Amino acid sequence: MTTSISYLLTVNGVDYPVSGPNHLSLLNAVRNQVGLTGTKEGCDDCECGACMMLLDGRPVNSCSYLAAQAQGREITTVEGLSEGEDLAPLQQAILDAGGVQCGFCTPGMLISAQALLQHEEHPSDDAIRIGLSGNLCRCTGYTNIVAAVQSLVSDGYDSKPEGV
Amino acid sequence: MSAFVIASTVDEAVSLLADGARIVAGGTDLVVGHRQGKAPLPDRLVAIDRIAALRGIESNGADEHVLRIGALVTHAELMTDAAIVGSYTALADGAALVGSPATRNAGTIGGNVMNGSPAMDTGAPLVVLGARFQLVSGRGTRIVEPHQLWTGPGTTSADDDELLTACLLPSRSPSSGSAYVRLEYRRAMEIAVVGAAASLDLDGGSVSSIRVALTAVAPTILEVTGLEDLTGRAVDDDLLATVAAEARDQATPISDLRASDAYRRHTVGVMAQRAVAAAAARARGERLAVPVNRSVGIGAADSITGGSR
Repeated sequence: MTTSISYLLTVNGVDYPVSGPNHLSLLNAVRNQVGLTGTKEGCDDCECGACMMLLDGRPVNSCSYLAAQAQGREITTVEGLSEGEDLAPLQQAILDAGGVQCGFCTPGMLISAQALLQHEEHPSDDAIRIGLSGNLCRCTGYTNIVAAVQSLVSDGYDSKPEGV
Repeated sequence: MSAFVIASTVDEAVSLLADGARIVAGGTDLVVGHRQGKAPLPDRLVAIDRIAALRGIESNGADEHVLRIGALVTHAELMTDAAIVGSYTALADGAALVGSPATRNAGTIGGNVMNGSPAMDTGAPLVVLGARFQLVSGRGTRIVEPHQLWTGPGTTSADDDELLTACLLPSRSPSSGSAYVRLEYRRAMEIAVVGAAASLDLDGGSVSSIRVALTAVAPTILEVTGLEDLTGRAVDDDLLATVAAEARDQATPISDLRASDAYRRHTVGVMAQRAVAAAAARARGERLAVPVNRSVGIGAADSITGGSR
């Protein structure tokens, strides 16, 4: 019989109550209890990066991170990249570059790219590939995904949506 | 008895351990192991990731000739820390090869050490750099050598109530150099097929001390013995061939889905030789990028940049 524990998670700036066993993953807490399903479950084994979220601005594989450990930290999911209905420049860039095929890896790719660009304004091509190296694209559409990030680097990157 | 406690001090954490709780730091090995059915997560967990005393890379208070790496230092911190990159470069090489940016942010050196995998990428570097480990429990503190800690694949000699608090590294001479290289099939989210770390000190052009340790060719990280005869010699093809032969002879690899024992035995010699050559280059003052894997012919640089527009 596993004890259930209750706590708050701060996701995209909003506090949500969560409860469950101590081994509840951050991914399951956010998808099933918070109700934000933009983040995907791929391998559920810390390999594919589909579940990537930012924790205090750093990327983590949320499938392999305990939800209870994220208490008191800022969690950012793909839903938190845009403001309202406006896509963030990063989201627009991946659409413009044809970097979305089936779309399953896209939320994780966007989170990894966001983490990279927050950390490094003008990453080299190598740095972009290393920044995205924890994300698998089963459509193998890497070239256009990398091109999307490159387009932001050359245009100058602003993490806010246009007009905000 | 709470199912989950976020500890804020070492004392609090070790008292909970003595009481039967188990540790979680980054969770990268623990949560995956639980889901795969390898090791169920215990009913009671103590999260140690907010204990400030377990962070940081600094000279040890009691002994300024010792660098103290807190158990919570992440792979991302190790690969960029000026002291590690400058003087303990093999450890930066190893940390930079772990997983992906996300796993390097969450995964800690303490977790890597205590998970006790013979394929761990920080293990061989820690051995050749002379690391010791500090274990704390309610019964006191003890310092152990790597070979005393690691007892087999995934097992350590630490008791259930002991917490790894730090890795302790002796100071390095300016004429020393170190490197870690591994054989890998892909560039990210990879586990070493085999690997080797080397550390050496040069006096003029000749070796005054040398240590080599091997990854994923024995039940634990394996230090190559009998290299004393190499002191006084130049780092030349003969010396590299001797290191490779000793590595092959002393390895006791297994066959699994990643490689056959014969392939591992052969390639670990190649890795050992490349690690020694890279360590010697660094000892001479050459600046080889971290991770050095990318410049010693494993995954040539153009394989990662090729194909971009």
